[in-house]
Amino acid sequence: MEKALVLESAKCTGCEQCEVACSTVHEGVSNPARSRIKIFAFHDEGRFVPYTCTQCDEAWCMQSCPVDAISVAGTGAKVVSDTVCVGCKVCTIACPFGTVNYNTATGKVIKCDLCDGDPACAKACPTGAITYTDAQATGYAKMKSWAKATDAGPQATA
Amino acid sequence: MSWAKRILRVNLTAGTCVEEPLNMEWAEQYLGQRGLATKYLTTEIDPKVDPLSPDNKMIMATGPLTGTAAATGGRWSVITKGALTGAIACSNSGGFFGAELKFAGWDMVIFEGKSAKPVYLLIQDDEATLVDASDYWGRTVWETEKGIKADHQDPQMRVASIGQSGENGVKFACIVNDLHRAAGRSGVGTVMGSKNLKAVAVRGSKGVKVNDQEAFDIAAMAGKAVLAENAVTGEGLPALGTQVLMNVINETGALPTHNHKDVQFDGASSISGEAMHETRRSDGKTNMVRNGACFGCTIGCGRISTIDPTHYTVKDREQYQIASGGLEYEASWALGAATGVDDLDALTFANFICNEQGFDPISFGTTVGAAMELFEMGVLTTKETDGLDLTWGNPEALTILAELTGRGEGFGAEIGLGSKLLTEKYGHPDLSMSVKGQEFPAYDARGIQGMGLTYATSNRGACHLRSYTVASEVLGIPEKTDPLSSDGKAGLVIAFQDATGAVDSAGICVFTTFAWSMDNIAPQIDAACEGDWTVERLLEVGERIWNLERKFNLDAGFTGKDDTLPKRLLKDAAKSGPAAGKVSELGKMLPEYYSLRGWTEDGVPTNETLDRLVL
Repeated sequence: MEKALVLESAKCTGCEQCEVACSTVHEGVSNPARSRIKIFAFHDEGRFVPYTCTQCDEAWCMQSCPVDAISVAGTGAKVVSDTVCVGCKVCTIACPFGTVNYNTATGKVIKCDLCDGDPACAKACPTGAITYTDAQATGYAKMKSWAKATDAGPQATA
Repeated sequence: MSWAKRILRVNLTAGTCVEEPLNMEWAEQYLGQRGLATKYLTTEIDPKVDPLSPDNKMIMATGPLTGTAAATGGRWSVITKGALTGAIACSNSGGFFGAELKFAGWDMVIFEGKSAKPVYLLIQDDEATLVDASDYWGRTVWETEKGIKADHQDPQMRVASIGQSGENGVKFACIVNDLHRAAGRSGVGTVMGSKNLKAVAVRGSKGVKVNDQEAFDIAAMAGKAVLAENAVTGEGLPALGTQVLMNVINETGALPTHNHKDVQFDGASSISGEAMHETRRSDGKTNMVRNGACFGCTIGCGRISTIDPTHYTVKDREQYQIASGGLEYEASWALGAATGVDDLDALTFANFICNEQGFDPISFGTTVGAAMELFEMGVLTTKETDGLDLTWGNPEALTILAELTGRGEGFGAEIGLGSKLLTEKYGHPDLSMSVKGQEFPAYDARGIQGMGLTYATSNRGACHLRSYTVASEVLGIPEKTDPLSSDGKAGLVIAFQDATGAVDSAGICVFTTFAWSMDNIAPQIDAACEGDWTVERLLEVGERIWNLERKFNLDAGFTGKDDTLPKRLLKDAAKSGPAAGKVSELGKMLPEYYSLRGWTEDGVPTNETLDRLVL
């Protein structure tokens, strides 16, 4: 079953445990500056919003790469090969969502690779704001809460 | 590893920023943050130095777990000689600044001297420079933080700064980071202001590596599970923040009210965590908007709040119709119960101003309470207060004074003296609810006996965070003791003081200890750091820190006579609630405390004790 990351910003407290976990898995150190997932705080509105790559099917990053450094993994993740990437950054321009970024320390680009199907961010999130679920049913949790709300209202009877 | 093993020494007089290796011999004895920075400070300054002189130093310090995956691993501290107290000061803050400092590759920054002109320190990984801050002098914390980020086009930058109160010499000025987290107590912001240092801005991309990643992952994950399953850290604090305590402490009969004249407050429920969740009539919203966590915190006790847009404080001032740092328990108590104000929106507004202008709501609220008592007695009149009616419970007096104190104007400048100097000035020093010049937090020493000893012996002046025996006496953590009995409290206070010293030196939040024992903490430190870090070793570190701080205070001129409480708590019995008829039994607890500490009858550590602790 293909799975996808589901980000529910309403549950996020902005603690950045996801960024720590992501950078630890990919870089071997706790370093949010190299995290593939980022939390954005909209302070004056009291909102914290996690954001990362949604793994587009026809990925702009992959299609734009001049050296074919980005490929599709078994999980559906678009994965950058460090040995092939030349650091041209064309993918960072092509990505409509800004989720591919350049790492000045290595000269390569970095993006979410779904941790081979076991995303560290989802495991580290203390509030359930990041989950990894069936890619065909990512809206079901929201649907369920609306289903409950509609069912609680007045019911038409035959 | 986990330590960055280097410190930045900033000489503000000379305008230099120099890298030094961290003294690892000291790190092994003092761990980091509070302990290690206290070792540096007490080695480098004359204990008798005027806190506001260029010869005082100020250290911003992280712990080995700061910036790691350990739950709550974002803590950092400011260590200096306190402007409010003249004693050792160590103010702990959360937010994201501390972790960022560590990510830039620094364990601590030592500030010495005084800049000729206002400056801020800019740290970008290895590069550290002093930048002209004349455009920011006279500006608020919020303006400064947003301005510096905009100047560098770097929204990811983390900033710690002082507001106008720190510039103007308000004795209880804070250093505020991430808009509303603060190194709040003892006037550390006043010291920063005296050095013409407006802010520290930092951006780091080097990260933090732990010694044994596999062992650390296991220990950190286990710690998080314990926090999630605990009733306080997994339920109470996420749901209501520290404000979960307001009604509980009021019912315990230990909610100091009207400058400690009373121990219960009629308006407690109106200013409680529960009240923050009540729907407002005006806009159908609640005061509480969102939990806002500090870096790495899986508890998330921080409150993000809004003020009722129709409330008198903000209805014509859109800039305050925003979400920002909401009331936590100590602030709500000091701004509310201590002054008799039960208007939640007025308290939230005053709290916003404390954050915006950078001053401590505990000392501010308590000082306003003292001024109100002087006003009720007729000692202060509207002549001295610029026409302000300081009747108990007047919300406008509170909110206007917050703004005046922030700007250092009018009677606000006198509130900025703190309660000790204010009450001395008007001839009633007994009405200052303080120890060593620092105002009490939100627990009455008559209704929770251990807290009386906690306050009296606290090295930084009255403080709940040096030994939070409330955990045991009210919440039953780790085991329930009778809050009305002083029996065994000397030992309890010492156990809490030593454990807290280690926690405050590690880079994690003391709130974890509602759920974690040292058995949960030691494996995380042991995996993160080189060397063997056992529970026993950590408790010894805590005891060593406590005695080092004590020694500094004695050398600064404090004596055992300063380990006392205001007459009100020792002589005037509590009037209501479970503690009715009780006074603090400090006189009974203190000699036992000295003896168990290995100190003389005068409260001086014996040579044997100092030798045992390698001091």
